[in-house]
Formats: sequence, C-alpha cells, structure tokens
Amino acid sequence: MRLLPRDLVLDLRAMNARAYVRIVGSFRQLDWVISDAVLPNLGMCAFVLLYRALGAPKSYEALAVIGGILTTYWINVLWGMGAQLYWEKQAGQLQLLFAAPCSRMAILSGMALGGFASTLLRSLVGVAIGIWVFHVRVETFSPWLFTAVFVLTMSSLYALGMTFASLFLLYGREAWHTCTALTEPVYFLSGLYFPIRTLGALGAVAAGLLPLTLGVDALRQVLLGPAAHGLLPVRTELLALLAFTVVLLFAARASMRWLESLAKREGRLTLRWQ
Amino acid sequence: MSVPSSATVPAVEARTLRRVFRASRGSPEVVALVGIDLRIEHGEVFGLLGPNGAGKTTAIKIFNTLLFPTSGEARVAGFDVVREAQEVRRRIGLVSGGENSGYGILTVRECLWMFSQFYGIPGHEARPRIERLIEVVQLGPQAGTRINRLSTGQRQRMNFARGFVSDPEILFLDEPTLGMDVTAARILREFVLEWVRERAGRTVLLTTHYMAEADQMCDRLAIVDRGRVLACDTPAALRRSVEGGQHVELEVRERVPGAPPANEVLGVAVAWGAPHPERGTLTLKLRLPDGAVLGGLLRALEEGGWSVQGVSTRETSLEDAFIRIVGRGLEDAEAPS
Repeated sequence: MRLLPRDLVLDLRAMNARAYVRIVGSFRQLDWVISDAVLPNLGMCAFVLLYRALGAPKSYEALAVIGGILTTYWINVLWGMGAQLYWEKQAGQLQLLFAAPCSRMAILSGMALGGFASTLLRSLVGVAIGIWVFHVRVETFSPWLFTAVFVLTMSSLYALGMTFASLFLLYGREAWHTCTALTEPVYFLSGLYFPIRTLGALGAVAAGLLPLTLGVDALRQVLLGPAAHGLLPVRTELLALLAFTVVLLFAARASMRWLESLAKREGRLTLRWQ
Repeated sequence: MSVPSSATVPAVEARTLRRVFRASRGSPEVVALVGIDLRIEHGEVFGLLGPNGAGKTTAIKIFNTLLFPTSGEARVAGFDVVREAQEVRRRIGLVSGGENSGYGILTVRECLWMFSQFYGIPGHEARPRIERLIEVVQLGPQAGTRINRLSTGQRQRMNFARGFVSDPEILFLDEPTLGMDVTAARILREFVLEWVRERAGRTVLLTTHYMAEADQMCDRLAIVDRGRVLACDTPAALRRSVEGGQHVELEVRERVPGAPPANEVLGVAVAWGAPHPERGTLTLKLRLPDGAVLGGLLRALEEGGWSVQGVSTRETSLEDAFIRIVGRGLEDAEAPS
C-alpha cells in the first residue's frame, strides 16, 4: 500500500541523495578544515583582537564571534548553493539533472540540506574558537527562541541560495564574478563584525533586503540581550525572517520554472560543445 | 491524464520537428533541424547516423525534454515533450558519450545509487541492479573507488551504467562508445542488444559516428544531414539501395613511366586513392557494374601502362550507402554549423 504520493516519494529520495553528496563530501575532503573553517574564522579573530586592543566592552567580542559563525553559512549559501548549477553545467551534468523526473526544488532542497549539515560542522569550529580561545560568554537564553531564530535564519538564507541557483541559469558565465561581488558588500551590510545599528538608516534598509542582517541581529539579541545593540525587536525580526523564507521559496520555485523554460528555448541547459 | 497504450503509439515520434538556434541578437540563424519526421516503434534499436552538425544531438535533446522545438511536435512514449515533460522523463534514460556524471567525491556505487534516487527507485530494487551493471561494465574492482580516481575509460563505462539504473522504457544513447577502447565498446554494444531483448517493448535510440556500430546494432537507421532525414530503413535495405555491383580496390604500379592516371576504365569511373611511396604503388577504387568482367578491366589498365599488384573486392557496405545518400563520407566533411 502506498502511504505517500508517488511524486513526493520521488522528491524525498532525490533530496536525500543530493544531500548525501554534500554530507559525505565533508568527511572525505578534509581540506575544508583549512579552507572553510580556519581561514574564514581569521577575520573573526582579527575583529575580536581589535576590540580587545581598543578596550571595547566584552560583548563586542561576542558580536564578532556570532557574526563570524554565520559567515560560514553565507559562504556556503553563495558558493555552495548559488553557484552550484553553474558548476553542474560546467561539468556537463546539468542536463542529467534536468532530464530526471524528480523536481528541481527537490534537487535544490537536497543541496540546501546537505550544505547546511556540512556547514554546521564547520561553524562549530567558530563556536569552539569563541568559547575556548576568546572565552566569550552569553546571557541565559531561551533554547526555544534560539532554535526558532536559528532555524528561520537558516531557512531564509538557504531559500535565498535556491533563488540564486536558478538565477545563475540566466547569468551562468558570470557566476564566479557575481559571487565575488556579493561577498564583501553583504559582510558589511549584514554587520557581521559590528552592531548593525551603527549603520543607521542604511542598516535598516539592508535589514529589509538581507535575511542575513536580520538573522545576525536576532541571534545576537537572543544570546547577548541588551548588549547586542539590537536593530529591531526579536519578534519583528522573526516574523520578517519567516516572510523572507516563504517569499524566497516561492521566488526560487517560480524563477527556476521560468528560467528552465527560457534555457530550453535558448538552448542554455547544456554546454555549447555538447 | 490518459496514459497512451504502448501497443498503439510509437516509442518516439517527430512530426515536422524544427529547431533553430540564434547565438545572439543580430547573429544569423542556424537551422539544426529543418522539419524532420520520425517514427520509432517499441522494441526497436533505432539509429541516427550523420556527420557532426547533422542535428542528431539536437533531436536527442528535444526528445529528452532538454530543448524546446521551434516548431513541430515530438512525442516520447505517446507524451508530448513540451506539455507532458514530466511523464516523458519518467520513461527515459540518457547516456551521452564523453559526458561527466556524478561527483568526484562519490564512489562508483554511490554515484549510481544517487542517480537511481533521482528516478525514485526503491533501494531494494536499485542495489541489485547497480551491482549487475557494475559487473557488466567491468568496474567490480573499482565499485568502491571515488570517481575522481577513475581513468577516463572507467569513468565512461560508469556513465554508461548510469543510463540503465532507472531501467528506462526508452533509452537515448548519444555517441555512447565515443573514445572507448574496442573491447569495452564491444561489451557495451552486446549488453544494449541483450537489454533490449530481455524485455519486450524496451526501445533504444542511438546516435553514432561509427558505421559498424550502427550496422551491427540497429534494426532501422535514419541517415541525417544538415537537419534533414535523407533516408530511413533497415541497414540491409539501405545497403541494397546502392546500385548493384562489386566494389573493387586495386593496387597498381606505373609500368610505363608517365602513364596518364585513368579517370575511367571501360566506362567505369575510377577514384584514385592514396599513394604508397614505400612500395611505389597507388590504390584505386571503383565499383564494377553488374555484368562487367574484372579481367577486362585489368587488361585495360595493363594496356594503359599500369601494372596491377593486388586486387581485393568487397560487398556494398553501409558506408557506401551513406556516401551515395549524403554525397560524402562520414569523416570527409562536417556539415556547417
């Protein structure tokens, strides 16, 4: 007896298989310890040491650590999600994914789940550095609120990554440059290493455009309380993150459909030489 | 949605299928398919034979829902490739020669499992099928090896196996043995034929550059060039379509210095082939019409100042049929792209 619709079973299997690649890759390519865990945390360490040298309040060091931890996710969303279909195309594999009966959203969701799981491991390196190297302390916090903020931050970030992935079908050749162009400005506008409130009106605009800004700010408020110099109330940020998640998931689905159709009209799904 | 009955609908059908490419705005149009008609029945191994740029891969991409036709209609298993793409995808498999599939970090076994999951194959069905395919493509010792550690040939064989993990109703093989070593190609050709015979209704659409492969594998063949189907029949019928007669290849040496190369001997057109400087001879090829006597031809050459060193004859090949239909050999020239 079939308990679930056939298409749902197909998509769940596809999602699981695509996530498996990411997760298994984390354990087989241990060079990530250097490239994805140590190097990105150097920026975080630099800010912590700077705040320490300037005699800034201890909470500023915690701000930088939380921002540094979330940096690993942003890198994964941008390079591991956004540019993934571009890499698939370059490898000549995109056509195999598009000729398969599973949905594109299942493939993207698998990439997101696998990417999140493998990045979770990487981000724990940042947590370890914060706790054991810099002795960062957090306030007593609600685990439920923390979980809600973290889950919504991740879901909105990876939904953004799924939207980027489909957009790269349109701007495939420029994927590398687009990722590079988005890296530093987003670091800055998300206030990863400083309280976003210091950006003033610009910060508010950035918060309205980037789920990362809201996620960083909300997590800091949950973990550090008033010392986080929060931008908006956590409840408001939670609702905004939820809205981001829903809108971006629909946007990813719609843009993927539209761009797939466009790519099939223009013959862009496969490499020219094939 | 009504499911077409395989007894009444063809496996693959194209009606006035046309595809036009335009590289960029303002650039000239390239017509890849002029408006082809094809009908492939269930259970057939059907070949598309043609030079590069003939439109074979474009047709395959349209049948695999990877490309929209500019006009006309394409149906696979009775489903329209544009409007019912999802139904088409459930029933098809695709192998392209020289493709890269899978992720280097995965082992051969894991990669095949991953693709089986993209087709929703339950694990208990996928696992034995994967093991059998690994055995067929002779990758048993490498089953647990990461793909990025495989040789090119091993990777090609894994790609080939990938096309079968979903046990598709209709399999598209686009130059599947391209660059493969002779033994591997032979094993895989035999497997495809066995796979088709194993269960009624399985269909294969094969594109190939290799005449012998097409001749050996295909029940029917379409010869395509510049986006047009020029002929479609069984390999035997295509061979018969070439006028009768015997193909003769002669190795000759100049007996009388300065003997003029004959373009015609006893009314038979002669094609002069490659010289063999090491032996001081030349090859000439001609087709002897029915009723013509080889002896008379040899005497005429001797009288023309040429000494015949060797004679070989052969029956009409698929290549002869191809040259007659297309006007040039498969390797001679590529169609303009």
